[in-house]
This record gives sequence, structure tokens and C-alpha cells, in this order.
Amino acid sequence: MMENAIEVNDLTVTYNQKPVLWNIGFAIPKGMMAGIIGPNGSGKTTLLKSLMGLVAPDSGTIKIFDKELDSVRERVSYVPQRESVDWDFPISVIEVVSMGRYTKRNLLGRLSKEDHIASIEALEKVKMLEFKDRQISQLSGGQQQRVFIARALAQHADLYILDEPFAGVDAASEAAIFELLSKMKEEGKNVVVVHHDLQSASKFFEYIIMLNTRLVAAGITEEVFTEKNLENTYGGQLNILTSIGEQLKKSAFPVREKEKE
Amino acid sequence: MNFDDWLNFLLLRDPNVFMVVIGTVLLGASAALVGSFSFLRKQSLIGDAVAHSILPGVVLAFLISGSKNPIYLMIGALISGWLSILLINLIRNRSKLKSDASIGITLSFFFGIGIVLLTYAQHHAGANMAGLDQYLFGKAASMNSMDVRIFSIMSVVLFAVVILFRRAFILISFDRDFAMSKGLAVNFYELMLSTLTILAIALGIQAVGMILMAALIITPAASARQWTNKMGNFMMLTVLFGMIAGYVGSFISYSAPQMPTGPWIVMALSFITLISVVFAPEKGLISRHRKKKFNAQKILVENIVKAFFHLNEKVGGKNAKISLDQLNTIMKTDPSRLVKGLGILKQKELVVKAGDQWKLTRDGVAESRRIVRLHRLWELYLTRKMLIDPSLVHADAEAIEHVITPEIEFQLTKELGDPKIDPHLSEIPKVRI
Repeated sequence: MMENAIEVNDLTVTYNQKPVLWNIGFAIPKGMMAGIIGPNGSGKTTLLKSLMGLVAPDSGTIKIFDKELDSVRERVSYVPQRESVDWDFPISVIEVVSMGRYTKRNLLGRLSKEDHIASIEALEKVKMLEFKDRQISQLSGGQQQRVFIARALAQHADLYILDEPFAGVDAASEAAIFELLSKMKEEGKNVVVVHHDLQSASKFFEYIIMLNTRLVAAGITEEVFTEKNLENTYGGQLNILTSIGEQLKKSAFPVREKEKE
Repeated sequence: MNFDDWLNFLLLRDPNVFMVVIGTVLLGASAALVGSFSFLRKQSLIGDAVAHSILPGVVLAFLISGSKNPIYLMIGALISGWLSILLINLIRNRSKLKSDASIGITLSFFFGIGIVLLTYAQHHAGANMAGLDQYLFGKAASMNSMDVRIFSIMSVVLFAVVILFRRAFILISFDRDFAMSKGLAVNFYELMLSTLTILAIALGIQAVGMILMAALIITPAASARQWTNKMGNFMMLTVLFGMIAGYVGSFISYSAPQMPTGPWIVMALSFITLISVVFAPEKGLISRHRKKKFNAQKILVENIVKAFFHLNEKVGGKNAKISLDQLNTIMKTDPSRLVKGLGILKQKELVVKAGDQWKLTRDGVAESRRIVRLHRLWELYLTRKMLIDPSLVHADAEAIEHVITPEIEFQLTKELGDPKIDPHLSEIPKVRI
């Protein structure tokens, strides 16, 4: 049997009682470049956050490399949305990238020579080495995005999870990120990307997850990237599902009978 | 206080004075350092809430133990400070109230209880109650050598702990989600930071007074941030400002014994903030004014190269020699401004002078094409995407062309499908031919 990079079963997540993800299940085989697509507010970021253990699901199981996340954390690397942090923070590019090397063991001690080399190499890969001592507030949006990706690369993980790496980037950054992802694809790395450009999505990803609060489709791109599935993903939300969600929020009913802690 | 007394203080000749000064300076340093993280996490107000909330704990500790031993008072402060943070989080997480409201409610609730207890203590307890109200606004000179020693040692310990854990604190302040995704003990470090903040505030109850200790947590970091974007410099400046404030406070406390110390420390800190906000490079008011002037200059020279483009366009797009008068048919500005702008362009090697006339260099041509391109792209965007009538888009584009970054240009080009013609049917040039 083929090992899966990510396997999700019956995942349901709510914010303030309102379901953001409803009954999601899929399995991404190992060594694939996977894309997650869906309209705004369809739960793409929440799905990634659940994968990384940042939000507690109301129900469901998540397995990464067939194991619980906690036992494989160091093999998984996360690139959050660029807007999720304050880029006016007084810190330099290399300081951000070396955060990718932090572990429980070295957090209070010193970073090793090896850590430093890994950070430098990661910056080289995203073509940002010349900016290594810049303050992050002085970077353009695309450069900030590349710094975030470098931080993840510095970790030397087996699975990379990226949230909208192409959002609001300039031409040079788009090319650099695209080239990098292509190289990772050739090397057979496991990559999961939240993406919003449908045209490039169908060409680039081998596996696609189509999301709109519920799972519309998940599978090999040629099989699931169909007109009908796209229409279901982007053609508005399911009205009754939305009203039930609103109702849950208003009436404070749980989405599963057994409430999460 | 005469001149000799001043000199004695400044030279720290009296060993008692020396001790108190060292104590308050250390206190200022550690409170400011801890506070830099409250500032970075945008939780400065938590410091203010804690400062008010430790009052009931301090008074109760005093009532129960019957002594003013700093250790008991610290324990009381810690418990009550902790309860206040718990309450803030509880209100925020369990009710529909937001952060600001939950901080405000908690702060006044605890402070109210504190004042009630304080009033009770002053009327019912014995003579050793006197001076308890000094804890509100502080009196550095009232510390005995034992107090000073305890506060100093604790300040140093606090300082050392923050330095040891700084990387963890910086990480969770910058990107909490990423820290969690790495499986780091984010909750533990947050708990630790809160505890350190409470302790730092509690350390100042005698020297600075608990209420105004909030200023030592918030203000040094806020001032330091004006001056630098580098973490190391930011931390060092924050600590320096905290130390200056501590020094000024103890000085005032000796030179004007009837004055409370806290307010004077706040005065010193506010002065530092004022200086920072006005004079700091980049972020200060003065340098922002300069930046405005710089922008005006940028607009001027960009408009001049654009005028070159339009004049060249009229003669079929070749790079012609152009006189001042010709330029001014488009620029319509004061000739001296025009000459000044041309001077700047010459320095940047975008134009060359040829007799009485001027001509764009190769880079100058590219620059002129870039500006016109941005102008026309923006006009097209306004007409196509915002459905504004083509006759109305020019003025808007005149302003926006100076603002568009390469990123936005890229997005415009992409979104408009790499257009060739603007709404007025003029060509949208490429920067390089």
C-alpha cells in the first residue's frame, strides 16, 4: 500500500460555533505537489491550520506520514499567510530565516554553524541572500514572501505547507517562487499549496483539493479538475448549509453532539 | 537643596544614596526590558491593567503578614496580578466583549477593591500602616538598605531570565502560529512573559509606585522603537531609557523629598518620548517632513522626464534636444524650479545639457517611458476595472503614477492582460525598447 503524506478523515472545524470546515476527508499520496483551491472564506487557511495543529478540530482525525503530527513535527514545515504577521517588526531577514532552525533543544542556547549554513542556503534558494541583513520592514511584499519560504526551507523538512505564496507578489518573486516549487516538484518533495489562480493550478498541481466549507472534490488533477467540480466549488455556497451554520452560531448549539474541550 | 547636596548626589558620595540610585536604575532597566515584549506583542495596556490590579494583593499581604517586607508584598502582588490576567482572558474568551473592554473592566475592578482595602487598612491597622499609600505613587528615598538589596537582586535576576529566553520571546512576539507549528511550548512562554511582567511591576511599588510603573513598562520601548528597526539596538535603547528614568526618579526623590517619585519618572520618560517622536531618524516628525519634501522633489523630476517624453512623442518618438521654454509649455511652473529639477536629473545622469538645451540620456529615456507607462496603465485600470469615464482619469493618474511600485505595476500588467493602448488610444510604452 502506498504511504500517504497527509490523510484527513471527517474533519469538522468551527469558529465561534460557526462551521468553517464540514466533514472534510482526503488522502494526498506521498511525493505529490498538491493544490488547495476554493473561493474566499471557503476554509482553505483553516484546513492548513488544522493540519499544523493550530486550531482544534471539533471532530475528525489527521495523519501526517501515517502518524500523529506531534511525532513528525520536524518533518513538516509551514509557511503562514504573509499578512498574518506584522512586517514592521524590528528584526532582520537572517533573523527571521534562522527561526526555521529553532527547536525545543536550541531555543535557549546558541544556533550552531550548521544552523547558520542552512539559513544561508535557504536564502540562496529563494534568491534573497543579498538582502540577508536588511530589516524586514524594508522589503517589498514579494521579498517578504520569499523570506517566509526561506524560513520554512531552512528547516529541511519532508513536507511543506504553504498558504497563498503567490498573493501580492511582484514579477521577480513570482518567478523565483515558481522556479523553487518546480524544483521541489522534480525532487519529489511533498508540497501542499493554497492557491487561487485556477489556470496555473491545473497545470502545476498533480493533486487538487477543491474546497467550499465542504469538500467538493479531491484527487488526481486530471480526474477532479472538471467544469462541474469547479462550478460546485465557486458557484456559490450551499444555501441550506450556510443557514444551518448561521443558526448554530446564533443558538449556540454544538456542531457535534459531544463538544470539544 | 544647595549646590553641594546636588554635587553629592550626582557623584553618589553618600553610600545610602548610591545604593538607592543603583537600585532604581536596575529596576528601570529590567522593567523596560520586560516591557519591550509587551510592546512588541501589542499588549502594552496589559501592563497598565496589571499595575492597577496588584494593589489589592499588596494591601492584603500587608494586612495578613503585618509587615512591609518586600517578599510578602511581592507574593501578594503576584497573586493578584495573575488573577487579573486570568480575568481579562476569561472575559475575552467567554463573553462577546473584546480585549479593550475586558482590560478596562478588570483594571477598574481590581483597583476599586484595592482602594477599599487600603482605606480599611489605614483606619484599622496600627501605626506601622503609615506610608502604605506611598505604594501608589512611590518614594525611592524611603527604601531602606534591605529593601534596596532585595529589589536590586530581583531586578538583576529578572533581567537575566529575559536575556536567556529572549529568542523564544522574540519568536512568539513575531509569529505565534509559526512557533506553535514547530511544536514549541508557546503557552508556557506566554505564561512566563506575563509572570515576568507582573514581577517587574511589583518590583517598582516602593521606588516608583505601582500605578505609574506601567509607564516604565510601556514608554521606554515605545520611545526606543522610534529610533531603530534592529532588534539588538531596540533592546539596548529600551534598557538605556529605563535606566535614565530610574536615575532621574531617584534624583528627584532626594532633591525634593516631599515629591512622590513615580510622577517624576513619568515626566522624564515622557520627555524622552517627545524627543524621540520629534527627532528620531525616519520615523520622527522632522524626518517625515523631510521625506515629504523629498517626495515633492521626486514628483517634480518625474514630471520633468515625463514632459520630455511628451515633447519627444510629438516629434515621432526620437530623443530630441529640448529647451526650457518648451518644457515649460507642459510643466507650467516657476522656471527656477524647473532648473533645480533638471540639476537633480543631471546628477542622476538622466539628462545631459547640450548648449542651452537638454536631452535625455539612455537611462533618462527608460525612466520617462516608465513614468508614462505607469500613468497610462493606471488610467486603463480606472476605466476598465472601476468603470470611470476616460475623460476623468487623468488627474488621478497624475498623482498615482508616482506611487506605483514594481509589484503593483506587475499586477496591473497581469490583470489588464499586458495592454498596449491606453483609454485615450495612446501607446502604453515598455520601459526598455
